[in-house]
This record gives sequence, C-alpha cells and structure tokens, in this order.
Amino acid sequence: MDTPTLAVWKFASCDGCQLSLLDCEDDLLAVAGRVRIAHFLEASSDVLPGPYDISLVEGSITTPGDAERIRQVRAESRLLITIGACATAGGIQALRNQADITEYARAVYARPEYLRTLATSTPIAAHVDVDYELHGCPIDRRQLVETISALLAGRRPALPAHSVCFECKRRNTVCVVVARGEPCLGPVTRAGCGALCPAFGRGCFGCFGPAETPNAPAEAALLRATGMSDDDIRRIHRTFTVAAFEEAAPS
Amino acid sequence: MTHRYERVIDVRALARVEGEGAMHVRVRDGAVEDVRLEIYEPPRFFEAFLRGRQHTEPPDITARICGICPVAYQMSACAAIEDACRVTVPASIAALRRLIYCGEWIESHTLHIYLLHAPDFLGYGSALALAKDRRDLVERGLALKQAGNDLIELVGGRAIHPINVRVGGFYRVPAPGDLAPLRERLRVALDQALDTVRWVAGFDFPDFHHDHEMLSLCTPGTYPIETGFVTTTGGLCFDVRQFEQHIVEEQVPHSTALHARLAGRGRYLTGPAARFTLNQHWLTPLAREAATAAGLGEDCRNPYRSIVVRAVETVYAVEEAIRLIDAYEPPPAPAAVVPARPGTGRGATEAPRGTLFHRYDLDPDGRITAARIVPPTSQNQAAIEDDLARFVAGRLDLDNERLTAQCEQAIRNYDPCISCATHFLDLHVERA
Ligand code: SF4
Ligand code: SF4
Repeated sequence: MDTPTLAVWKFASCDGCQLSLLDCEDDLLAVAGRVRIAHFLEASSDVLPGPYDISLVEGSITTPGDAERIRQVRAESRLLITIGACATAGGIQALRNQADITEYARAVYARPEYLRTLATSTPIAAHVDVDYELHGCPIDRRQLVETISALLAGRRPALPAHSVCFECKRRNTVCVVVARGEPCLGPVTRAGCGALCPAFGRGCFGCFGPAETPNAPAEAALLRATGMSDDDIRRIHRTFTVAAFEEAAPS
Repeated sequence: MTHRYERVIDVRALARVEGEGAMHVRVRDGAVEDVRLEIYEPPRFFEAFLRGRQHTEPPDITARICGICPVAYQMSACAAIEDACRVTVPASIAALRRLIYCGEWIESHTLHIYLLHAPDFLGYGSALALAKDRRDLVERGLALKQAGNDLIELVGGRAIHPINVRVGGFYRVPAPGDLAPLRERLRVALDQALDTVRWVAGFDFPDFHHDHEMLSLCTPGTYPIETGFVTTTGGLCFDVRQFEQHIVEEQVPHSTALHARLAGRGRYLTGPAARFTLNQHWLTPLAREAATAAGLGEDCRNPYRSIVVRAVETVYAVEEAIRLIDAYEPPPAPAAVVPARPGTGRGATEAPRGTLFHRYDLDPDGRITAARIVPPTSQNQAAIEDDLARFVAGRLDLDNERLTAQCEQAIRNYDPCISCATHFLDLHVERA
C-alpha cells in the first residue's frame, strides 16, 4: 500500500493545535516516517495535490470564503478530523456569536467597513461531515499521537467522553472544590488533559468543552456553593468553547 | 487549493493571530513603485470580547491569541493589570516569570530556526525534508525545542496556553527539588544551543542592510525579557506607560492596513535584531563570545542574520534559566493579591518576536471596559514593506517564481508569525 498522506488545514485559530503536532518532538519524526505530509503550511512549503487520506483541521469558520474552503477540504479528504476547541466548538472567537458584530468591528478596527467576516464563528461540523473530533484548547498531544497511530493501524482511536473528575481521581489529586472551595468545571468537562488544572491547585475552566452527558444543574449548584455569582458562571461557560457549554448547560 | 479567498487588509487582523497574506508589487519603468504586504487573516476580535471580563481573566484569554508565544501574552497582560491595580509582585515571583519566559524564548526561537528558517538557507522545503538527509541536525533542534517546552510545562503546566499563570503570579510554585532534573536537561541544551549558533553562522547571508530605527525594552543590568524601558537606537527612552504617546497607528494611503510608527519619526523595527543591537552588552559572557565568533558586530542590520541572533538569544535563555534555577527560592506565596480597582494599566514585555504591549481600562469592580493589544508584527509591518521594496528593486530580473521564493525567505527573517512565515506569498508583479 502507498504511504498514507496527511494534510493539516488552518481556519480561524491561534495555530496552537497544529503546533501540538510539531511539539510531539520524540514522535514527530516517527509519525513523519509513516505518513507523507502532503499539506502542512505551518511546517512545510512542499505541497502535494489531493486527495488526502487524513486531514487534520484546526480553526473555526468565520468568513464566507472559509465556509467554501472547508467544503473543498472535505471533498479532498478520506478522513477528516477536527482538532481543538476552535474546530469542534467555534473556539474563543465564537464569543462574537452573542454580540453585535458591527459593534465589535467598530470597537477593534478603525475602518470596519473593510472587514468581510461572518456574524458567527461556527465549528467545522456545522458545515461538513466530520469523522473524529479531538477536543481541547489546545488538544493534548498524546491524544493526537494516539489518534494518528490508531488510524494508521486501521482501528478506532480511543477518545474519552467522561469528565475531568475521573482523571483527577485516577491521578490522586485532592479535589480543589472539596479541599479549598475553588470553583471547578471538572465534573462537566471532557477528559483528555490529564486533569491538569486541579493538579496545579486551580479549578478546571473547561478548555476541553463539555463531557458527553454533563449534569448541568448539579454543576451550577456546586459552582454557586463556591461563591460564584450567576454572572460568573455564565462567563466561565462562555469562554473557550462558548457554544458547546451553552448547548450542554443552558442557563 | 488556494488560500487566497479574501483580502481583508488590516494589520490588526494580522497581528492578533498567525496570519496569512499576499504581497503586491507594482513596477513602473523598471522601478518599484509600490510594495504592499497584505494580511487577511480572519479577525478574531479579542479586544472587543475582553470588555466585560474580570481583571483576572486576560492571562487565560489572551494566551489564545497565539499558540507559539502564549507566555508573552500572559506576561504582558499580567504586567498591565498589575499596573492598573498598583501592585508590584515580589522579586521571587518576577524571577519565576522570567524563568517560564526563558522557556518560551528557547521553544519559539528553536522552532523558527530549525523548522521554519534554516530550510530556506539549505534549499529544503521543510525540516522534515531536511531530516531525510540530516536527521542529526533536526533531532538536535527538536531536542532543544523540547527543553524549552519542558521548562514551560514545569512552571506553567502546559507548553501551549499554560494554565498555571495568573495575575499576581502563579497558582502553584515548584519546590526547589522539582527543578533539579530540568537543570540537567538545560546543561545538555546549552551545548545544543552553542552548536546551533556555530551552525547557522555558516549559512550564506545575502548582502542586505536596513537603516530602520530599532526599538526594544531595556533593563539596565540585564538582557530584557519581562520588563524594561522602551528604548530606540535613535535615542528615545520612555516608560511603558508612555507607549501610546510615542507609538501611533497610522492609516497608510495605499491600503487599509494600520502601521505602527514612532510619532514624528516613522517606521521602526522591533524583535531579536533590535534587542541585540540595544542590549548586547548585557548578554552572558558565553553568549557574547558566541555572537562575536558568529560574526555579529555591534549592531545587526542585516535581517538575514536575525537567525544568528535568535541562536545567540537561545544560548542566553538557556544560561539564564540555569542561573534562575540555581538562585531559585520559592516565593512566600504563589501569587500576590491583586485587588480590583478602577484605572488604566499598561504593560510590555519582550515576546520572542519583539515588544508586545497591552493596555486595560478597569472599572471599580475590576471589569475591563477597554483593551488594546499591540503585537510586534503590526509594529514591524512598515519596516518589512520597506525592506521588501528595496529587496525587490535589486532583483527585478528574476522570474516571478524565484522572486516569490526569495521574498518569502526575506519575510521569514522577521518571523512575523508561524503560518505566514512558512508559505504564504501570492506574488503579483505588475510591470507597467
Ligand atoms: S482550539 Fe485553542 S489552541 Fe487550538 S487553535 Fe483554537 S485557540 Fe488555538
Ligand atoms: S483541567 Fe480543565 S481547564 Fe484545565 S486543562 Fe484540563 S480541561 Fe482545560
């Protein structure tokens, strides 16, 4: 069989998720040895034409041109995997979704009339079919390596749908809510980071987005008990995966 | 497949993220009449949605502007908010901030040197292609980069968008013993960094010089990273609080792009070459020696040699990190208390790519009412265009393909941002 081709695409994003691929230092050359990197502008100016076996897509759709471009990427990709909060949930730039975009543009740009931008920032799956999703802002690089290796081996990648709390327990981290009354989104946030924040003594702020079946009312009560106002709770939900938490935990 | 779907010409759109762009050159009667570097990354509106947020939130939020230099965004944000709230953090916390920032310099500079810029000098399309012939070189680069990432992870919890940074300091600080294994790694990294300087010093540098005024933070007694006065080669020196009086963003007639300029003086350059030119006497002896041996003089005005400066700064950052680890004493508390208060705060630090300025206006509850972020790439845009105009003028006999390749390399000198730095030029030469 021919070496499978890998393409990496960027939409509205910070580049952090693609950078996770370059940050797989030990594994990077190993992975690169098993696939043909056919399109990865962040790392290579050698570009091969499609179709591509695996496409990794970073970033959200925020312009009419990008809405068109993602359809082309889909058409040229056998497997399409979205990576990160931008691509899976619209990302932090989806904060515009509840705002008046014209007013936003005026606040930031001297000549807003030159901007061509959509009023929303939407996840890739709102536009085309997606085969797998890697959550996180940024994604976890071990998960990325696992996913690429699984796909190369022809099996389904093992991607968690349970909450950060489980990882916390597995790691033997003392719960920051119980021990210190810190507000924490761990009970409703998708696992994948290894329960990083509680290990550093802070509550989870939800950068991996909601877990599959979050108990939103129970979580809201927990947050209120730590002294958060409803306004604080809405803000913490509306940050890194704005739309996702709103859908999972309508306030 | 093409990326060139839209031309939003606004330098702030570029500056907020790693951008994509196009370059337009107009030539009349054999002379370059106009050069435009157009950036049309989709706008992400950070300054707008920072409004209404609590003063504790910008470190996590602004980190998301850039995946390559999130620490720089976190540090400038903390500095600006602490300025607004009139809090000075203890020296032990400042030292730990400098330590995590060293990690980002090592990681970002090495990424640029090995994965983005060196392949140009060696005639490869990527480091992965280079690895097929010289795996040892690429492995050395990746190991050095990983040492930087490990440092950020140890102090910040995660290499991309660290979670342990907060206004006032950190959530948790390392115990002295935690740093020991890293110190061992950095000893190895120091040799790799010195080898990197020797390696890049041997590249073939085109003969090209600029005369821009150069701007950097300066901190007497030390090489500037997380603090300093704004200083220029033209003799200006002012407090970060005066940044907006001296640096104005102007609309230029040929495009909608805003260019940052020094008030009444014009374009300027920030970044490693500017830092080196203004501060090289504060490098460690070893880094200075490496610089001299690599042929860097008193100032660095050949943009192609910026790769050498990055390598020298990597040596410095590794040595500085070792020094900070040796001197490390855990702060009495992981963070200073930063109570909300109304006011305006400004902060600037030296991102790997240059001076990064933040300003926040806070209301009495500590809510942000306005935010302004001026990243290095927007400051450098005018200087980059000027370089390109002169660069192209000397190469008009080249066909478009070769000219494009050379312009891309010239732009990569400035490491403007990762995705524009790799492959982004859509060169239009109008020959009238
Ligand atoms: S999900 Fe987060 S880390 Fe990934 S590209 Fe978007 S902002 Fe960057
Ligand atoms: S604990 Fe929560 S906020 Fe922290 S890294 Fe994990 S998912 Fe993100």
